[in-house]
Amino acid sequence: MAILEIRNVTRRFGELNAVDDVSLAIEAGEFFTLLGPSGCGKTTLLRMIAGFDEPDEGALFLDGQPLAGIPPERRPVHTVFQSYALFPHMTVAENVAFPLQMVRLADDEIRRRLRETLDLVHLADKAGQYPHELSGGQKQRVALARGLINRPRLLLLDEPLGALDAKLREQMERELIALQREVGITFVFVTHSQQEALALSHRIAVMNAGRVEQVDVPERLYGFPKNRFVADFIGTINLIEVAVAAADAHHLRLTAPGLGDIFAPPLAGIRAGERGAFALRPEQVRVLSSKAAADLKNHFPGQVRDYLYLGDVTVYKVALENGAVLEALEANAAPGCAKFHEIGDVVDVGWRHDAGLYLPG
Amino acid sequence: MMPGSTSRAESRSHADRATKWAVSLPPSLFLIAFFLLPSLLMVAASFRHPGEFGGLAPLFLDGRLQLTLETYRFFAGDFIYAEIFLRSFVVAGLTTLLCLLLAYPLALLIARSPKRRRDLLVLLVILPFASNFLIRVYAWIMLLGPAGLLYTPFAVIVGMVYVHLPFMILPLYTNLEKHDPALLEAAQDLGAGAWTRFWRITLPLSLPGIWSGTALVFIPVLGMFAVPELLGGTRDILIGNLIKEQFLDNRDWPLGATLSILLTVAVLALAALAARAGRLRGKTS
Amino acid sequence: MRRGPWLWAAALAVYAFLYMPLAVVVLFSFNDSTLNAEWVGFTTRWYGKLLDDDEMLRAAGNSLGIALAASAVATLLGTMAGIAMHRWQSGSLRLLPFLVLTPVAMPEILLGVSLLIFFRQVLDLTLGLFSILAAHVTFSIGFVAIIVRARLAGMDESIFEAARDLGASPWQTFRRVTLPLILPGVLAGFLMSFTLSIDDFVITFFVAGVGVSTLPLQIYSMIKVAVTPEVNAVSTLLMALTLTMIALASRLAPDLLKARQQ
Repeated sequence: MAILEIRNVTRRFGELNAVDDVSLAIEAGEFFTLLGPSGCGKTTLLRMIAGFDEPDEGALFLDGQPLAGIPPERRPVHTVFQSYALFPHMTVAENVAFPLQMVRLADDEIRRRLRETLDLVHLADKAGQYPHELSGGQKQRVALARGLINRPRLLLLDEPLGALDAKLREQMERELIALQREVGITFVFVTHSQQEALALSHRIAVMNAGRVEQVDVPERLYGFPKNRFVADFIGTINLIEVAVAAADAHHLRLTAPGLGDIFAPPLAGIRAGERGAFALRPEQVRVLSSKAAADLKNHFPGQVRDYLYLGDVTVYKVALENGAVLEALEANAAPGCAKFHEIGDVVDVGWRHDAGLYLPG
Repeated sequence: MMPGSTSRAESRSHADRATKWAVSLPPSLFLIAFFLLPSLLMVAASFRHPGEFGGLAPLFLDGRLQLTLETYRFFAGDFIYAEIFLRSFVVAGLTTLLCLLLAYPLALLIARSPKRRRDLLVLLVILPFASNFLIRVYAWIMLLGPAGLLYTPFAVIVGMVYVHLPFMILPLYTNLEKHDPALLEAAQDLGAGAWTRFWRITLPLSLPGIWSGTALVFIPVLGMFAVPELLGGTRDILIGNLIKEQFLDNRDWPLGATLSILLTVAVLALAALAARAGRLRGKTS
Repeated sequence: MRRGPWLWAAALAVYAFLYMPLAVVVLFSFNDSTLNAEWVGFTTRWYGKLLDDDEMLRAAGNSLGIALAASAVATLLGTMAGIAMHRWQSGSLRLLPFLVLTPVAMPEILLGVSLLIFFRQVLDLTLGLFSILAAHVTFSIGFVAIIVRARLAGMDESIFEAARDLGASPWQTFRRVTLPLILPGVLAGFLMSFTLSIDDFVITFFVAGVGVSTLPLQIYSMIKVAVTPEVNAVSTLLMALTLTMIALASRLAPDLLKARQQ
């Protein structure tokens, strides 16, 4: 049985459906992420799980028990807030011990759990300090310790990495993964960063305009997006408008106006004649001098529009004959590799017959 | 939380509702009883008849409501009241102007002092103002008495300025402190002399401060009765003295209430004007 | 920034204008002459005389008692009002700021006379300690509320939600989180109310009636009649008291001095 079940939940603010008929089941021990652009309803959903808000329709169940009407303080669910929300007048130890004091645990038990939890987040030496004396990463760990100390059924994390700089964020991502594995508590993580979501989660729900677009494990979400929104939101993707020319068990033959035929992996339930988009990740596209492309099933002539040299990789934009622009990503791994295609160069772009994906609609 | 949602979620928690009313009702009820109700009573009193021995005549007589416009007619019919109102506005205007002239250089100096010295200079402005208002008036009785200037219009103005000066300095300073010094450097760089920089940059930008200072000085001066009473002669009385006389000496409450209503109207109009001027300025800067 | 010497001169003149009269008051409280005209010699006998002045002592006692009681009540109600204005800004509570802030902004004489009508006409009350107390609470609530609201406004809202989230009831949240955080503001509000109450002349003048006197009323009746060194002495003592209060208040809440200008 799922630890948290969200059943047909809708929450309206005036005319707007902030959360629109959402159903999700989150399994025990999972690192589950709600991913979406700002205003997609992910924070509203999180607040309903925490108890700061209630659904207008539908219901939430924790361990099979309905949550309706239970105030936040009586739900075994804790939140790590975006701003960390550390109590500024309490020391690290007092902050972390707060939830235990609320349930009136004995003092020596509080001390024991406190020591254990501070060790867990490597803050034992900061116990007597006040929040304003801590760095961003340390505050983050205090907030985590405070949320975990009395072993809630769920830990909700509301964009907790947003305030950190890039280097620290990567370090905290690793710590979060290790921490979640160690304590085994179910994490529900909210973020607008697809990179964070992919790096951290067991499963991700992509939300848009109050609805869940797709729920899947990170690899499948990236490799097999269900629709244009998910494809576009997760990573970078090239979309080419196409019509289906032929469909069989081995491949799809797609026709792109002004370009010609594209061969794509097969997909069940697709009929010749329908229209959609062909989606292709930049790292699947090769940029080659015109002759070398011939042994790839899909290859088209084009001209380099511009490029961005990023160190490890170079991102090219290549204009095709029908005006479509493809993004291609070339690794700069070869030693002494300095052979760029220059702006204006005539090149071929190509990709394997089993690369890319047809998106209906 | 977004407003305007009428849903199950809104009415969810009785505990939260109870908290809301438990916190907001006691101060609300107190202020309704001791501020709102008295204010409404004063409006009502201005339409009633004075009592035989002061106060107010009974509201009902022979089963009929006893309301009248008598006091307003009386006020309009006697030139002396208009004259006192006019004099009050002149005194308030003059006091405000003098306060502005004295406050501006000081506020400017504080605003342009090094940051660590500013708090001290501001404190030096506030300290005398923290002593009891009557003591500040009394100080001028001591000073002006021997010079033979007591009980003159001059004494009233000096007292008014002295009592209200910090109300002008502080908002001016708060405004001037926020000015970006780069603006003056830019103006200088573009060829503006010291005087031009003041007239074209500093002064226009400080208008919101001038307006709030003006409101903070002009309005209290209008209602002031103690300064004219202690420092002025019998011919220097202002609206405040007139109101006080009706309530404590003449015992004509309806007239006193009428004068108070007229003062309130004047104050509200001025406050609205100052707020408007401040807002307009705020938009352009 | 270059500051012209004329600016310094003008500023110094204004400071002199602010301080000289008060310095004279203090100086002559130590003057060994019944006339406040010229310096004769040093004495502290005017302070001694104050201690024998029963009326003055009774007025001072009244002032102190009223100030303590009024500021206690005003702090309680003002803190509630400040929290309410911060937390709930919809529905009928949109009118709360009007109720709380208008008595602060309106000329004192208006509050004084309307309360006079109210106490005499409606409550049919003999004016005295109660009417003074109620009047002082009325004008102090707004100042406390402004300070408390300003403190709350500077805080991260989510810490209050965090407390609930971690298991604290609304009351525990108030006790453990909200109150400790606004406490400096609450204390500053108390000191502010205390100073306002002990200093108030205008409103007290209207609602005091004949039987009860306060320190400012006593000073008023003295200076209306004559200039005596005893007034200088009581003025000096009162200034010392106010200075102490200000020093305490600015320790507790540095933003208090700013709140006073609003």
